[in-house]
Amino acid sequence: MQRVGVFVCWCGSNIAGTVDVAAVAEALKNEPGVVFSTDYQYMCSQAGQDIIKNAIAEHNLTGIVVCSCSPRMHEATFRKTAAAAGLNPYMVEIANIREQCSWVHKDMTTGTEKAIILGKAAVAKVNLNTPLTPGESPVTKRALVIGGGIAGIQTALDIADAGFPVDIVETKPTIGGKMAQLDKTFPTLDCAACILTPKMVDVAQNEKIRIFSYSEVEEVGGFVGNFDVKIKKKARYVKEDICTGCGACVDKCPMKKNPNEFNLGMDNRPAIYIPFAQAVPKVATIDPNACNMLKNGKCGLCARVCAAGAIDYTQKDEIIEEKYGAIVVATGFNPISMEKFDEFAYNQSKDVITSLEFERLTNAAGPTAGHLERPSDGKSPKTIVFVQCVGSRCDACSEKGKEYCSKICCMYTAKHAMLTRDKYPDTDVYVFYIDVRTPGKNFDEFYRRAVEEFGVKYIKGMVGKVTPEGDKLKVQASDLLSNKQLHIDADLVVLAAAIEPDKSARPLATMLTASMDTNDFFTEAHPKLRPVESPTAGVFLSGACQGPKDIPETVSQAGAAASKVIGLLAKDKLTGNPCVAHSNELMCNGCSSCERVCPYGAITYEDKEFRMPNRTTKIRRVASVNPAVCQGCGACTVACPSGAMDLKGFANSQIIAEVDAICK
Amino acid sequence: MQVKEYKPLIVAFCCNWCSYAGADLAGNNRLNYPADVKIIRVPCSCRVNPMFILRAFQRGADGVIICGCHPGDCHYTSGNYYTRRRMAALFSMLDFLGIEKERTRVEWVSAAEGAKFAATMNEFAQTVASLGENKRLEDLRCKK
Ligand SMILES: Cc1cc2nc3c(=O)[nH]c(=O)nc-3n(C[C@H](O)[C@H](O)[C@H](O)COP(=O)(O)OP(=O)(O)OC[C@H]3O[C@@H](n4cnc5c(N)ncnc54)[C@H](O)[C@@H]3O)c2cc1C
Ligand code: SF4
Ligand code: SF4
Ligand code: FES
Repeated sequence: MQRVGVFVCWCGSNIAGTVDVAAVAEALKNEPGVVFSTDYQYMCSQAGQDIIKNAIAEHNLTGIVVCSCSPRMHEATFRKTAAAAGLNPYMVEIANIREQCSWVHKDMTTGTEKAIILGKAAVAKVNLNTPLTPGESPVTKRALVIGGGIAGIQTALDIADAGFPVDIVETKPTIGGKMAQLDKTFPTLDCAACILTPKMVDVAQNEKIRIFSYSEVEEVGGFVGNFDVKIKKKARYVKEDICTGCGACVDKCPMKKNPNEFNLGMDNRPAIYIPFAQAVPKVATIDPNACNMLKNGKCGLCARVCAAGAIDYTQKDEIIEEKYGAIVVATGFNPISMEKFDEFAYNQSKDVITSLEFERLTNAAGPTAGHLERPSDGKSPKTIVFVQCVGSRCDACSEKGKEYCSKICCMYTAKHAMLTRDKYPDTDVYVFYIDVRTPGKNFDEFYRRAVEEFGVKYIKGMVGKVTPEGDKLKVQASDLLSNKQLHIDADLVVLAAAIEPDKSARPLATMLTASMDTNDFFTEAHPKLRPVESPTAGVFLSGACQGPKDIPETVSQAGAAASKVIGLLAKDKLTGNPCVAHSNELMCNGCSSCERVCPYGAITYEDKEFRMPNRTTKIRRVASVNPAVCQGCGACTVACPSGAMDLKGFANSQIIAEVDAICK
Repeated sequence: MQVKEYKPLIVAFCCNWCSYAGADLAGNNRLNYPADVKIIRVPCSCRVNPMFILRAFQRGADGVIICGCHPGDCHYTSGNYYTRRRMAALFSMLDFLGIEKERTRVEWVSAAEGAKFAATMNEFAQTVASLGENKRLEDLRCKK
C-alpha cells in the first residue's frame, strides 16, 4: 500500500477564491492510501516546497498529490521537490484544480465539489504509480550523411565545423548532385560550379569528413546515438588512394561509346571515366558493363598507361561497418521519366529535351561547350518553346504525373528563357504555363525581368501536342487568356519535367524506419515545429529528399539539420523519457499489431524461451520495446489485442482508476 | 412538482500536447463550461483504449469525449488518425448497444483554441443533458 500525501494549494485567491481548499484537503484525507493532507497558500514557493519535503520525511510518504495549477506549469517543479526529498520524481501526480476548475467555475460549491473529485482521481492514480527511471544511452560522436548533393555537402561541412567527424555516402562516383550539372542559378545567375566546387573541395580537404563515393548504405541497425551501419563500397577497379586523377587512362581507353550519365546521355564517355573536371574525389572509375578487360579479359590498356599503378581489375565490393550517433538523409531528387508523355514527342525527336538536359546544353563544360545547339543537327535554334508543369500538378487519377507542384520549375524556366534571350537576342522564346508561381525573395522580380526586360513570351495555357515535321517541331497549344489556338513552328522544345525523390529512397526509408509520404518524400517529425527531423529519433532530413526545394532552401535546411545533429552529438548521454511502452511477454502473442502502429519503429520481436507447465520449454516470438526509441504515445497499447502492451506512467490500470474515481 | 436538476457526468480525455493545453487556455481566459466535465490527461488521443470508454459508461458516465490535436498536428504525427478510425468503429458499436451517438464524440482542439474547448464542452454537456441519464451500459455491480 502506498503512503500518499496530499498538498492543496490556494494559489493566493486564484484557487481559494472559488474552491474551499481546506474542505478539499479534509475530504481527501479519507481516500485510500492517504496518510497526510494539508493546504497552503503557495505550494510552489520555497516554503510550500519545504512543507512537501518535510512531510515526505516525516510521514514516510511513497507518493504525493499536489492539487494546484496545471501540470504543464509546475509538474517539473514538484517532481524536483520530491527528488530532493529522496522520493522518485515519478511518484508525483498533479490535480489541476486551477486552470480546469477554479478558473472556469464561478461558485464555491461547484468548484469545491469538482476539486475534490479531481483530487480523488489523482490519488487513485498515484496509488498505482511505480518509481520510474529514465534510461540512459551513450552517444557515438560521429554522423552519417547519405547523399552528397549540395544538401549533404552543406550538412557535412556544418557538422565537421563543430568538430564532429562525418562520413558522406554517395552512390555516384562523385559528390555534387544535381547542382554540379546546372549552368547558372536563379535568382542571382551566378554559375553553379563557381559556388559549388569550392564547397566540394572544402569537403575533400576537411580532416573530419570522409567521403565514401560510389557507395551505398546496405544495412542500418541500432537506434538514436548508436546506429550500426554497413556501407557497401562498390568496386571501381581503381585504387582510390593511389589514383591522381590525371586522366591518362580516360584518353587512351578504346571503348569510347558509352552514354555519358553526367551529360544525361547527350554525348559519350569511355569505359574508364571521371564524371567531370572538378569531381570529388577526382579518381577514375571503370564501368564494368563497358570495359573490355572486365567483360572479356582483353585490353588492359589503362593499367599500362597509368603511371601511378592505380588500376586494379580484381577489385571487389567492400563492406565497411561503422557506428554513428546520428544519420542525415540527403538523397535528393530526379526529374521524372518523360517516356509516358507521348504528346510532347520526347521519344520521337532529339530536339525535345528536358530542362536538366537544357542545363547541360548551355553549360560551358557540357557536350556543346556551352553553345546552344539542337541535339539533332547542331544548328542554333531560332524558336524555342518551354513547357512548364510537365507531370506536375496532375489529376489525382492520372497515372502519368504527380499531384504536387514541383516548385522549382517556374523559376528555372524563367532563368532558361532569360539567359537564352540574353545570349541569343534573335531567338523567339515562348513559355507555356498553368500558373507562374514565384514566391521567394527576389523571385517575382526575377520572373518579371524575363518578361519585361528580356521579352520572353509567356502564354497561359498547356501545349496539347508536339509533332516533328521536317526539321521543325509543330507545337499546338491553346492560349487561355485570349481563347485562341496557337500553332508554333519550334526548333527546340524544353520540358520542365516534374521532380520525384530518388528511387533508392524507399528501400532506404525501410532500413531507417523513417516514414515517407505517398509520393516517397521523407516526412518530417512535425510539419511546422520539427521540419528537419524525421519521426525516427536520430534521423534527420536535408534537402530535396523531403520535398521539392531550390538551392537556397536546401542550404538552409541542410544547416538546420546539421545544428540538430550537433545538438545530439554534443551530449555525452541521452536521457530518455521513462514513460514508455513495455510489453508483458507472458501475455504477448507476437501478433505484430503494435509494431504496425508505432510511428517510430520502437518495437522489435525476440524469440524467448518460456517454461511450460509440463517441465518443457517453448520458444515464442514476443514484442520488445526499445525505450530509447519509444516516445510514449501509447498507440501500441490500444492496438494490442491481448492486453500485453502497457504504457508506464499512463498505465491502463491508472487511467481506469481515474475513470472510476471520477464516475463514483 | 419540483424535479431535481439533472447533472450529466462527462469524462473528457485530452491529449497532453494540444487539447489539455487548450483546456488550460480556456481556464486562463476564465471561460466557463459545466463542472460536469472532468478531464483525464493522456499523452496522445491514441492512448485512449475503448476499454476506458466502456468502463466510464459502466460506471455511470453519461457522455465521453476525446480531444486531440487537429489532423496533421499530432505530436506523434499519426496518433489522432488511429483515434479517428478506432473511435468511429467503437461509437457505431456503442450506438448499436444503445449508447446514442450523441453521447460520444471526438473533437480536435489545439493549444490555441481555449474558446473552442469551452464552447465544445458547453455544447456537448447540453446535448448529453438533453438525452437524460445513460442507463444502457451501467453495471450495477460496479456501483456501491
Ligand atoms: C533543371 C533544373 C534547374 C535548376 N536550377 C536551379 C537554380 O537555378 N537555382 C536553384 O536554387 N535551384 C535550382 N534547381 C534545384 C536544385 O537542383 C536543387 O535544389 C538541389 O540540387 C537539391 O539538392 P539535394 O542535395 O537535396 O539533391 P541532389 O542534388 O539530388 O543530390 C542528392 C545526392 O544524393 C545522391 N543519392 C541519392 N540516393 C542516394 C542513396 N540512396 N545513397 C547515397 N547517395 C544517394 C545522389 O546521387 C545525389 O548526388 C534546379 C533543378 C533542376 C532540375
Ligand atoms: S508508445 Fe508509441 S512510440 Fe512507444 S512503442 Fe508504443 S507506439 Fe511506439
Ligand atoms: S500487439 Fe500485443 S500481443 Fe501483439 S505483438 Fe504487440 S505486445 Fe505482443
Ligand atoms: S498528441 Fe494530441 S492527438 Fe496525438
